[in-house]
Amino acid sequence: MPQPVLSLENLLFRWPDQAAACLDIADFQVAADEQVFIHGESGSGKSTLLNLIAGVLTPQRGNIAALGQPLSALSAAARDRFRVDHIGLIFQQFNLIPYLSVLDNVLLPCRFSARRSQRAGDPKTAAATLLQHLDLDASLWRRPATQLSVGQQQRVAAARALIGQPEIVIADEPTSALDAARQTAFLDLLRRECAAANAALLFVSHDLRLAEGFGRRVEMGQINRATTA
Amino acid sequence: MTHLLPLALKSAWNRRYTLGLTLIAIALSVTLLLGIERVRQDARDSFAQAVSGTDLVVGARSSPLQLLLYAVFRIGEASNNIGWDSAQALVAHPAVAWTIPLSLGDSHRSFPVLGTTPAYFEHFLYGDKQALKLAQGKRFVGLFDVVLGAEVAERLGYHLGDKITLAHGISEDGPEHGDKPFSVVGILARTGTPVDRTLHIGLEALEAIHLDWQGGAPIPGFAIPPELVKKFNLTPKSVTAVLVGLNTRAGVFAMQRYVANYRDEPLMAVLPGVALSQLWEMMAIAERALLAISALVVVVSFAGLVAVVLAGLGERRRELAILRANGARPRDLLTLLALEGGAVTLAGALVGLMLLTLLTAVLGPWLEAQYGLLLKLALPSVEELRLLGWVVLVGTLASLLPGYRAYRLSLADGLTPRV
Ligand SMILES: Nc1ncnc2c1ncn2[C@@H]1O[C@H](COP(=O)(O)OP(=O)(O)OP(=O)(O)O)[C@@H](O)[C@H]1O
Ligand SMILES: [Mg+2]
Repeated sequence: MPQPVLSLENLLFRWPDQAAACLDIADFQVAADEQVFIHGESGSGKSTLLNLIAGVLTPQRGNIAALGQPLSALSAAARDRFRVDHIGLIFQQFNLIPYLSVLDNVLLPCRFSARRSQRAGDPKTAAATLLQHLDLDASLWRRPATQLSVGQQQRVAAARALIGQPEIVIADEPTSALDAARQTAFLDLLRRECAAANAALLFVSHDLRLAEGFGRRVEMGQINRATTA
Repeated sequence: MTHLLPLALKSAWNRRYTLGLTLIAIALSVTLLLGIERVRQDARDSFAQAVSGTDLVVGARSSPLQLLLYAVFRIGEASNNIGWDSAQALVAHPAVAWTIPLSLGDSHRSFPVLGTTPAYFEHFLYGDKQALKLAQGKRFVGLFDVVLGAEVAERLGYHLGDKITLAHGISEDGPEHGDKPFSVVGILARTGTPVDRTLHIGLEALEAIHLDWQGGAPIPGFAIPPELVKKFNLTPKSVTAVLVGLNTRAGVFAMQRYVANYRDEPLMAVLPGVALSQLWEMMAIAERALLAISALVVVVSFAGLVAVVLAGLGERRRELAILRANGARPRDLLTLLALEGGAVTLAGALVGLMLLTLLTAVLGPWLEAQYGLLLKLALPSVEELRLLGWVVLVGTLASLLPGYRAYRLSLADGLTPRV
């Protein structure tokens, strides 16, 4: 196996105000280009795991390395920089900043990351290409994000996660607000674009039906030794 | 910072109504603050400009300030008159270069009427030792000639040759000296001093219109037509005050003592500068109180700003988390909010300044007419800019409070805001 884009070792995380550990992961790795479906029921710590990988939370014990870089070696500000440089994020809903246009929302990571901006080439063209690939008509681009349907908003969020070719794309239940037909359409688009950008995809959901088409499927219970309610 | 600015602007624009209201509150408070400062400065300036080159103001013994305010600024209560003999004694004194007798008490459409002598046009100086200039016409020569101050002529739309009548006393509805109209023979150039609001006539004219008057009313059944007044002795019996110019400034204190010890009646000689500084001292407390109150109003408007931004934070948690997920550091969010508060404050300060300028332009003439207060339409002074600087600084500092709250929230929320 070549160097993993993501590697978790001996990880323990407990929320400050709780007695029991939320996550206790001995070993979890994601290879470059890999598309992983992480499945777990509500409250099983999926979002917590993503926050750890994104460097927003820090584990009490253990190591998280992204692209070979141990996150614990970075300062909080450096982790913020690292995140925007290398990770694209999509959430369940409310991904977009309401007062920005669709285009400005997509360009957001390029605003904060010189690396993303540079890798995008011309960010505006890159954004346009991505939006087109994600079936968003050019007539929508200048509109404020709030005027879009939820499905459209999620595709804009996907374009934003992908712009500037981050090595890792993390999606936290991005389809839960969509109907079944749109869910698969969105997933297909997302997987296709991640593959095109050579980005590893970490897709989190409690809905097993969406796992189809993913190269790898991981159950939270498999990797997490802590038993969360 | 530069990448945050457009974001801050767009975010602020998104909440333009609430922020707009806060901005207006700040603008109004800034207008108040600067307005008070400007009135203070301009009041001082216009007071200081009103008289120069006069060494002493002589009048009946009372408060020096009252005498100066009444004789020079036509403000406040009338002081007692002094006898014509006393005025003549001043003229005769060897140290005295010139005198200008002033006699006040009548008015025309609430503008004061000043009875004086041609020496007024000769010796009266204002501002930086500037002499009075006639914009049109000539000085009063005939008995019923009147020379108008610039403001009087402009306000009332008078021209050379117009006939006007004077009212007895200073109230607008006082009894008229209707039987003895004056004709406008001259209009003075604008000075920016109380002269602009004054109508000037000869002392004899003042005497003439009161010949058939007694105790503030015409004597019933006794009227002297204007053609006949010259047959009477029109030498004044008294005047309100006398402006005195000395041969050498050095003699001023000796002269002051001479006046104070004058035997025939209790007199007083006032150095205009000294009386003015007395005025400043008295006003300083009130000025400071006013400034403190307006500063307080500014602080209250900042409290409003902070409250509005803080209250909005709840709804913006999601926005902050999105920014965070896309590379904003918590301290970027702090900067974002401080920037927003700072921008609203700055905009408020600028709008306040504009509002003040507008108000000065619109209300200036009215203030000048009503209170003789000359508000200059000018670029902000250094003092005002410093005040503005303080306002913006304090506003930005106050905005650090919601900024810090956003910082804490974004640390606690991470990428998944709990709303
Ligand atoms: N900010 C927090 N502070 C304290 N405890 C938290 C916090 N966020 C989550 N938890 C706890 O951590 C556990 C895992 O939560 P998490 O949000 O990761 O679950 P999840 O798998 O994403 O669930 P869902 O599918 O509903 O999104 C839960 O028991 C929750 O109570
Ligand atoms: Mg979750």
